[in-house]
Amino acid sequence: MRLELVPRASVSPIARALSPVIAIVLAGLMAGLVIALMGRSPMAAFDIYIREPLGDSWALQEMGIKMIPLTLIATGLVYCFRANLWNIGAEGQYTMGAIVGAILPLATQGMELGRWLLVIALIMGAIGGAVYALIPSYLRVRLGVSEILSSLMLVYIAQLFLDYLVRGPWRDPKGFNFPQSVMFDTGSTLPILFEEGRLHAGLILAVVVVLASTVVLGWSLFGYAIKVIGSAPKAAGFSGFSASRISLMVFAISGGLAGLAGIVEVSGQIGQLKPSISAGYGFTAITVAFLGRLHPLGVVFGAFVVSLTAIGGENAQIMLKLPLDLTTCFQGFLLLCVLAADALTSSSIRVVRTPKKEA
Amino acid sequence: MDMTQAVLLTILTAATPLLLAALGELIVERAGVLNLGLEGMMATGAACGFAAATLTDSTGLGVVAAMLSAMLLASLFGFVTLTLGANQVASGLALTIVGLGLSGLIGAGFVGTSRTAVAGLQIEGLSDLPGFGKILFGQDPFVYAAWALTFASIVFLRWTRAGLIVRSVGENQTSAHAIGLPVLKIRFWAVLFGGACAGLAGAYLSLVYTPFWSPGMTAGRGWIALALVVFASWFPMRLLLGAILFGGATVLQLHAQAASLGLPSQLLSALPYLATLLALVLMSLGRRGGSAAPGSLGQSFVPDR
Amino acid sequence: MEADETSTVAGDSEKQTQMLASIEAGLAADSAQNSGLLVQMTGITKRFGSFTANDSINLGVERGQIHALLGENGAGKSTLMKILNGLLRPDEGEIVWNGEAVQFESPQDAAKLGISMVFQHFSLFENMSVLDNIAVALPGSIRQNGFNLGRLSKRIEEVGEAYGLALSPHRPVYSLSAGERQRIEIIRALLRDPKLLVLDEPTSVLTPQEADALFVTLEQLAQKGCGLLYISHKLDEVQRLCSKATILRGGKLVGECDPRKEDVRSLAAMMVGSHVPEVRSPALHKIGDVRLEVEALTLPAPDPHAKSLNHIMLSVHGGEVLGIAGIAGNGQSELFAALSGETLAPQARTILIDTMPVGQLDIESRRALGAAFIPEQRLGHGAVPGMALSDNLVLSRHGTDRLDRYGMVNFRRARRLSDDVISKFDVRISGKNPVASSLSGGNLQKFVVGREILARPGVLVVDQPTWGVDAGAAVAIRQALINLAAQGAAVLVISQDLDELFSISDRMAVLHEGSLSAALPTGQVTRETIGLMMAGSEVDDAA
Repeated sequence: MRLELVPRASVSPIARALSPVIAIVLAGLMAGLVIALMGRSPMAAFDIYIREPLGDSWALQEMGIKMIPLTLIATGLVYCFRANLWNIGAEGQYTMGAIVGAILPLATQGMELGRWLLVIALIMGAIGGAVYALIPSYLRVRLGVSEILSSLMLVYIAQLFLDYLVRGPWRDPKGFNFPQSVMFDTGSTLPILFEEGRLHAGLILAVVVVLASTVVLGWSLFGYAIKVIGSAPKAAGFSGFSASRISLMVFAISGGLAGLAGIVEVSGQIGQLKPSISAGYGFTAITVAFLGRLHPLGVVFGAFVVSLTAIGGENAQIMLKLPLDLTTCFQGFLLLCVLAADALTSSSIRVVRTPKKEA
Repeated sequence: MDMTQAVLLTILTAATPLLLAALGELIVERAGVLNLGLEGMMATGAACGFAAATLTDSTGLGVVAAMLSAMLLASLFGFVTLTLGANQVASGLALTIVGLGLSGLIGAGFVGTSRTAVAGLQIEGLSDLPGFGKILFGQDPFVYAAWALTFASIVFLRWTRAGLIVRSVGENQTSAHAIGLPVLKIRFWAVLFGGACAGLAGAYLSLVYTPFWSPGMTAGRGWIALALVVFASWFPMRLLLGAILFGGATVLQLHAQAASLGLPSQLLSALPYLATLLALVLMSLGRRGGSAAPGSLGQSFVPDR
Repeated sequence: MEADETSTVAGDSEKQTQMLASIEAGLAADSAQNSGLLVQMTGITKRFGSFTANDSINLGVERGQIHALLGENGAGKSTLMKILNGLLRPDEGEIVWNGEAVQFESPQDAAKLGISMVFQHFSLFENMSVLDNIAVALPGSIRQNGFNLGRLSKRIEEVGEAYGLALSPHRPVYSLSAGERQRIEIIRALLRDPKLLVLDEPTSVLTPQEADALFVTLEQLAQKGCGLLYISHKLDEVQRLCSKATILRGGKLVGECDPRKEDVRSLAAMMVGSHVPEVRSPALHKIGDVRLEVEALTLPAPDPHAKSLNHIMLSVHGGEVLGIAGIAGNGQSELFAALSGETLAPQARTILIDTMPVGQLDIESRRALGAAFIPEQRLGHGAVPGMALSDNLVLSRHGTDRLDRYGMVNFRRARRLSDDVISKFDVRISGKNPVASSLSGGNLQKFVVGREILARPGVLVVDQPTWGVDAGAAVAIRQALINLAAQGAAVLVISQDLDELFSISDRMAVLHEGSLSAALPTGQVTRETIGLMMAGSEVDDAA
């Protein structure tokens, strides 16, 4: 007996929309099983992971804060993944964006130069990420170096560079030798949206980016070219699109958005540079992009689901003594399920009984 | 034991996990599958290996557990990419995330525990020979296994019919199918072999290299092993060279840190990653034109019936 | 299985059912009398989705017989052969081998019985040596036979000598010509000691002279008692070689006969049906100024698997169809890429469109000057498989049809234009705006050709316009090309199908090893001279 894939003649749009939901349910059941195996009640875990954060305004705000970088990065990744380019170094571009974006705010710290500094910082952050993403892209276009491996190596390098900066030249001299920079001035800090809250103006940026990307990817010739390159590179040449130029552009956009996410997180959330400024956002965003079926609006949904489990995971760690690794594990498994469900919307599975062979 | 011998010894030790993991991946890629989940499989192997070895107090059982756990992950990957035909790159990333998370879960109870490292061979008269005695006859069993496996795969790929079949499946899946080779079955076996090797590499890390478990102890070695396969142009012989060079870079970095040359320690820590990047660039520069990669690498295969 | 099979024959199904019944009765009588029956396929039906590629087909082959399976492209021949070879599983029907019912799970099951196949599109491994290519296809495990490449290499040379199939075992496949590649396939089959050898359109990649040599080999095999199933749509070959023919049309069995006793006309009628029109030339044929000109185009091969172009000279006038013949892999795709601008020429003046130097312009700029291009590969080059037809229209017309305003695509207009192509070129679709990959080969090709022709080009370059397209669609496409030329456009057709070129071109040239011969008026050349030129012999321009 064996399993065989049978391509479906037509893919129903309902199945396509439902496949991430099915994947979430499947991954959730798996997680429940693991939790039960670890001797905790899956129902209690469900309460803490899903129900409580949704009913709690503080938790909802924390989710919003996590959704901002995830949405920004994942929307950028959608550009790359649609073009069948595998930028998996968004974490490094995020880090570089934070570093480059922080140059001016740190250099002018104490001068209280005003709001325009924030704008420049955000732009510089985006440029920092974009330039860093152009390294693997250029190597791919020019020399055929696999962008998968090179972009990932650059993650480690960016993180070590940040580590060097905050322990070395950029360390706060009055910081009791802690590896961290000085705090940003209020002028270069993203404003808070609601009083008494923590949700910052990065949310507005994220919304703008998602809406703009929906238009660009859905209706523009550039978005069309990305799709053609991703599914049939030869047809793209036939259409007159330059694969290398588009490859550089999507990497720049993707890196730029990751860099923007980095400086937004630092100026809106953390307020200074530290060795760890990311909760693995650059990697988690890959899951978010696929959960959102590589569509900017879908990304918002994906970011929501993933931040929900992240907040839930933190709660569960405190209340049920469940390790945070469980959340990582769940997210990875969720991505596998999404990919499997995707594959199953375009093909169905058939069980084939192998007839007994005569000797 | 003189200084050169000690350095050579540590280089070989540092090269071994890279060699083991890369060797498995090389066969997988020769069969046309790109499994980016190496890092995750290694981490899980390291955690399971250490846990099992500690609980049973048997290194052998630890090794078996490490290999089986990584093979389990590999078969999950095989099911999703081969049976269901899902995208290999994305599934490999997912496997990495799963593997890293899983290793944390499994290893959580063992943080802070340590075991005695697996000892090297001690052959009367031979291991103590001056010069190369210790290097030739005083290594731990993993090192010999890794080298034996390398030479076995050279023979396998070049001189056996099974190896020829694996290469064909990776070179052109459509032709392989047309002449009646069971493409998916062969690939599944290759993926399982890759898992076993990654598990072995993980076990080496937690049982020999640093005889304890700590989260994230693979430190990107899975990714470096992936780059090594490219560096080796998919030939096991060159893999040996690559692994030694990278083992060398790691050891050099450790020695430089100890010697405190005034360089920032982060730069030295970044050395293996920079070297990987450099190696990838040099390989591409040297190639010029066509790629050395197997023709069907990374493509899904859905035969019509 | 290619998506190229399509049914264009209107079903006068009652008559056919009667005919089938009488054929079946005949077959039953046959098998009772003749003990030489090797394989009998009965009632074979295969469906792909709603499309029936084979509709209860019967076919029997005897030992020592060269049996033709005749049919146009899309008749279901390849599907039937893939079933016999174990690559596809029939939905209904049975296969009886030497009197025993068999079921194939994979080609290896079929190979064990002694069924070997030589594919039309070779199943070879480009980067491996001839020896490896042959070794991997031979059955048996390491333990049974040993894995002795030295011995195998000797066997290859022996068999090659015995059947006139010279090959050097250690050369990599990518360095070989199409004819040499086919020898690998045949030697592979011979080394398996076949009882039944299936050849799928074996002469499609050969020069007429190479084909003659192949026929000698095949007759030798038949004399030794091997059954041969010869798939073709070329009637003269079949009449020369085969003692029995089974004819398919539109997935159905339409007749069996001894081809040597039939005349070509009746065979053709059975094969294509009686109502397929011929391409007709427009009455007036005004030849105008030169609209496409190539001046000493030389291009190095971009990679070892490609061909270089050497000093190509050609010119096409308005109102004229220039045909370029040649066997696959002699530089056709490289020439197409250079003409389209997907590869740039070394100098601007090397290629001229309406006297404008365009050698350094990309494909979109050449389109802006009124050129249009139709590549050989429909899916993945001329069209994106997973995109809807209207989105595929944007592919080549976004620049020339005001589809792109301020960087935004007018998808509504694209849909209107695409519907226009669909109705004017009779593209048969299911659903309103289906994805390209869901269309049959013939219909998708009609869409691609229509898309380019409705852009009203002054210069059209087309590579293999009717490759793998059913007979009805092929005639429609050829007619459209001729009509375009009649309206004053310059049409350049690269094709491997000599019949096609003879029927539509005004002048013909031959591409061999990246060099192009001088173009000769079609009325002044014979198939023999073209055949010799395809094989590389020098032919006087005056010939």
